[in-house]
Amino acid sequence: MNRILKYILLDILKNKFVIAYTIMLAVIGWSSFTLEDNSAKGILTLLNLILLTVPLVSILFAAIYIYNSAEFIELLISHPIKRKDIWLSLFGGLAGSMVLAFILGAGIPLLIYSDFSQSVLMLAIGIIITVIFVALAMLCTIIYKDKAKGIGLTIILWIYFALLFDGILLFLMFQFSDYPIEKPMVALTALSPIDLSRILMLLQLDSAALLGYTGAIFNEFFGNTKGMIISFMLLLGWIVLPLIISLKKFNRKDL
Amino acid sequence: MIDIKDISKSFGKLSVLRGIDLNLNRGQCVALIGPNGCGKTTLIKIILSMVMADKGEVIINGQLITKGIAYKKMIGYMPQIGRYPQNMTIGQIIEMVQSIRNTSENLDLSLFHSFGMDGLLDKKMGTLSGGTMQKVSAVLAFMFNPPILILDEPTAGLDPISAEILKEKIIAERNNGKLIIITSHLLSELDNMVSEIIFMQEGKVAFHQSVDKLKSSTGSMNISEAILSILKSKVNE
Repeated sequence: MNRILKYILLDILKNKFVIAYTIMLAVIGWSSFTLEDNSAKGILTLLNLILLTVPLVSILFAAIYIYNSAEFIELLISHPIKRKDIWLSLFGGLAGSMVLAFILGAGIPLLIYSDFSQSVLMLAIGIIITVIFVALAMLCTIIYKDKAKGIGLTIILWIYFALLFDGILLFLMFQFSDYPIEKPMVALTALSPIDLSRILMLLQLDSAALLGYTGAIFNEFFGNTKGMIISFMLLLGWIVLPLIISLKKFNRKDL
Repeated sequence: MIDIKDISKSFGKLSVLRGIDLNLNRGQCVALIGPNGCGKTTLIKIILSMVMADKGEVIINGQLITKGIAYKKMIGYMPQIGRYPQNMTIGQIIEMVQSIRNTSENLDLSLFHSFGMDGLLDKKMGTLSGGTMQKVSAVLAFMFNPPILILDEPTAGLDPISAEILKEKIIAERNNGKLIIITSHLLSELDNMVSEIIFMQEGKVAFHQSVDKLKSSTGSMNISEAILSILKSKVNE
């Protein structure tokens, strides 16, 4: 597998878009901390910006890269290398370079300005979100052969996870506010990796108190080690599941 | 060398190949021709297992192609349109394919030199013209001395001099006893190069004959005339 991973990784890292993305993250990171007067506020600003931009850039860039590599993938298949290795190398190259861009861009200001344990959690969340959305992009590109449809699907997925899902949650909370829905809400958040990450991070910050009674329920579940482990397992599931489905489809796909 | 038995393939409702049977041997230079959409490219893609056949089997040197990827070591493939990652250099592409093939000995770099590409190793693929990319594809196909060469429209997009270099190379490899499969729409350039013609139509092999037989049976001087006269006689039937 690493026979081609190195070359794909090098190719993506030299991509102008990835360099611009690194710079954008750095600007967001440094300005969040220098504009806010305390680091807790800074990390909150950064969290919201990262949860909005990182998924969008990761899913779009990965999908476009795969579509543009269609002929390259064909060429690789004509050589003695397994389809599985090609697909996983593409995934590794994309996820690796986007993660590296994230660490270089947002990681440095985080580690300088913020509390160590908070910034490590923030970095872990950013890395996992990046990899999740790269995996989702691979699934989208395998579902649609047509580039326009596939990229449309990635954008719809992003809108759903970043914007719509919150709305749906809020709607449910208002509609069923007479019932004890806090516990089902905890389960529902597992359906969106972005919301799951947001809650995980918020509970580490003092602002969790703003969440009120729901926050207390969340805290009870996510606040302890067991909850943390379960939520990280869920996040990992968001990586593994799309990747395995896309790999299975790719193995049988007509190119 | 390549045994194709009853291959069928359809994409949705559109059936592209309907029972193809072919037997190709070393030393042959086969031209795969036919109208657009007759299934040439699909057949090639099935041989390279880019497309999975619905029915039938392909056996290369006694090995079923569905049984593993090792058979691809015997094949050099030159695609019709070669597009490569923008930021890879020519040198990196060659290096990468070399590491996939896991060989550093017996490399055939004659095309690389005769195309005059020695100074281009550090050029990024994104900056190359279409013709130069075709040259990269050609170099990669011939580099590992594979016994089977599959060339999809090899001279399309090449300048006349490079096309001539490639044609000479193809003839030399045919005389070396390799099996060469070429698809082309330019019938005139196939003269002197190919020894057999496979004409495909609507997903079937319309005829498969050696060039000499074809010329003598139709009384024509070159391939394009011979094929035209066959097509005309079919229309008249």
